[in-house]
Amino acid sequence: MSLKKVATNQPEFFKFSDENLNKAKKIINKYPEKKQASALMPLLFLVQKQNENWISLVAMQYLAKMLDIPYIQVYEVATFYSMYNLSPVGKYFVQVCTTTPCMIRGAEKLVEVCKNKISQNQNELLANKICSWMEVECLGACVNAPMMQINEDYFEDLNEEKTKEIIDMILNDESPKSGSYKNRKNSEPESGRTTLINLKNA
Amino acid sequence: MLKDSDRIFKNLYNDFGWEIESAITIGDWKDTKEICFKGKEWIINEIKTSELRGRGGAGFPTGLKLSFVPKEKGVRPHYLVINADESEPGTCKDRDILRFEPQKLIEGCLITSYAIGAHVCYIYIRGEFFREGERLQQAIDEAYQKNFIGKNSCNTGWDLDIYLHFGAGAYICGEETALLESLEGKKGLPRLKPPFPALVGLYGCPTIVNNVETIAVIPTILRRGAKWFASLGRSKNTGTKIFCITGNVNSPCNVEEEMGVPLKELIEKHAGGVIGGWNNLQAVIPGGSSMPLLPKNVCDSVRMDFDYLLDQKSGLGTAAIVVMNKDQDIIKCMARIAKFYKHESCGQCTPCREGAGWMWRMLERMARGEATLKEVDLLFDVTKQIEGHTICAFGEGSAWPVQGLLRHFRKEIETRNSSFKNIYCY
Repeated sequence: MSLKKVATNQPEFFKFSDENLNKAKKIINKYPEKKQASALMPLLFLVQKQNENWISLVAMQYLAKMLDIPYIQVYEVATFYSMYNLSPVGKYFVQVCTTTPCMIRGAEKLVEVCKNKISQNQNELLANKICSWMEVECLGACVNAPMMQINEDYFEDLNEEKTKEIIDMILNDESPKSGSYKNRKNSEPESGRTTLINLKNA
Repeated sequence: MLKDSDRIFKNLYNDFGWEIESAITIGDWKDTKEICFKGKEWIINEIKTSELRGRGGAGFPTGLKLSFVPKEKGVRPHYLVINADESEPGTCKDRDILRFEPQKLIEGCLITSYAIGAHVCYIYIRGEFFREGERLQQAIDEAYQKNFIGKNSCNTGWDLDIYLHFGAGAYICGEETALLESLEGKKGLPRLKPPFPALVGLYGCPTIVNNVETIAVIPTILRRGAKWFASLGRSKNTGTKIFCITGNVNSPCNVEEEMGVPLKELIEKHAGGVIGGWNNLQAVIPGGSSMPLLPKNVCDSVRMDFDYLLDQKSGLGTAAIVVMNKDQDIIKCMARIAKFYKHESCGQCTPCREGAGWMWRMLERMARGEATLKEVDLLFDVTKQIEGHTICAFGEGSAWPVQGLLRHFRKEIETRNSSFKNIYCY
C-alpha cells in the first residue's frame, strides 16, 4: 500500500464551479439510480482538476454530502488509490516508472536527472510550485521503456539526455511534446517492421 | 510465421488512423447485425468452438464464462464490464487496442452484451491512461453518432450504453471482483468467490468481466468463423495473441503472432534479438511479472502458449515477455518485482500484506549479499505461506516470481551470500 501524506495546511472551503457541477451531474447519471456512490472516483478526479491537482479534506466532505455517502468512505477511497494527491503537487507533476521492465532499460538514470534538476527527494514541491516528482510503479508502456508521465502525457523511449531536455523545458514552464523520443511509430520495432508490411504499403 | 491476412489487429501500429471511417474500411462493423441475428446461443457456441481463452492472464475459456450468465433475465439487470486496467509490469497490449483499434472493442462490447443480455457496459480503464481514455471516449461518441450503439444499436433492436470509468492507480483493480468493488465507489478489495460475478457481480447483478483483448477479437472470430480461429495454434491454445517484448532486446515491440510461436522466434525475428546475442541471454519472464521466469536453456526451445508454459512451471499470463541478459543482476530485478507487489498489495489478507514486504526485504538483502544461507529456505517457506492463503490470486502472483528465482537461480543467491556471517542467530 502506498503511503499517503495528507496536507497539513488545509483550505476551509470547497465548492464545484458551475461548469464542473454540470459535469458532476452528468457523471452521476452514468450510474443506475441509488448507485450514485459509483460516481465517487470520477468526482474525486474532477475535484483534483479544479483544485490544482490535489484533494483537500473539505472537498471530501463536500463529495460525501453530494453523493449521500459517509465521509469515511470518501476518505478511504481517496487514501487507497495512488493517483489522488492529498497534498499539493507541482504544476508539472513528473512520475517516473521504475518497475523492472523500465529498470532494465535504465530508469535509474531518469531518477538521477529528476534528483539533480528538481529536488533530491521525491514529493518535494519547488518554491515556485512549478514542479514535483515521484517514482511510481508500472505505467503500462513497457515496450517504450524507460518512460515517465508528466501530468496526463506519456514521454517514452527516453535516455538521460532527452530527460534533461524535457525537465529543463517544464522548469521554464514550456510544454514538451509527448510520445516516443526515438524515431519510431508507437510500439512498432525500432529496427524495422516484421509484420503488417504489405498492409502498410497497400 | 502468421500471415498478415490472418492478423486480427491490422491497425496495431496505427497505419490507417483510429477514426471510425478507417475502422470500417479495414472491416470493423461489417455484418454486425447479421451476426447478432444468428442468436445468443449461436454466438456463445461459436466462441466455445473457437476455444478462445481469456487474454487477461488466467486463460479461462471465454465461451464457458459467457454461458454462466442466467439464460432468462430476472428482475436484476445484466452487466458487461471490460477490464482495461492494464497494469501487469511488462504488458502494454491493451493500450494499443484502446488507442488504435477502439472500434473492435466497441463492436465486441455490442455482440457480447447482446449475447449475455446486458444493456449497460462499463469499461474500467486505468487512470494513468488518460489520453487513451480520451481517445476511447471519442471512439464511443463516433459509434453513437453512427447508431452502432445506443438505442436500437445497428438496427438489431438492442439498446446498449457504454460508459467509461477511470481507475486511479491500483494494480489490484485488475482483479475482477476488486474491479467491481472499485466500480461501486469503494476501495479495491477483492471479494470472496463463490459467488462468481456471473451470478452476483456489479451491484449484486449477473456480470461478465472480460479483458480488452478478449472482447476485441470476438467480432473477427464470428465473422471469419470459429474454425478459422481454432485452426491457428493448437487445441485448447488457439488463435492469435499480441505479445509485448521488452527488456534487453534490440528493438522492443508489440507484435501479434500465432499462439504457440517459439519464444526464440519472437525475440530474434521480431524484437531484433537479445542485446549481446542469444548466448548473452540470462532469463525471460514469459507472461508478465506474476509468472515465474525461465532460464536460458528452457528459452532455447519453449513455445508460447498456455499449456506449454504450464508444463515448464510458468504461464502465459498476459504474454508480456521481459528479457534479461547477462548484464542484469537477476536478484535485483526480482527484488524490484517484489517491491512492486509490496506496494500494490491491497492489504486485505495478512499473508499477502505482510509476506510481500518480507519477500522484498529479504531479496534486497540477498542482492547485497547480506543474507545467511538459511534464509534462502526461509524465503521459499514464506512464498509457500502466501500462495493459496489469500482471497485473490495476487498472493500467487507475488509468490511465483520469487519461487521461479529460487528454482532456477538458487546457486547465484548462495554464491553471493556464502561468506556473510550474521551476528544474530536466525
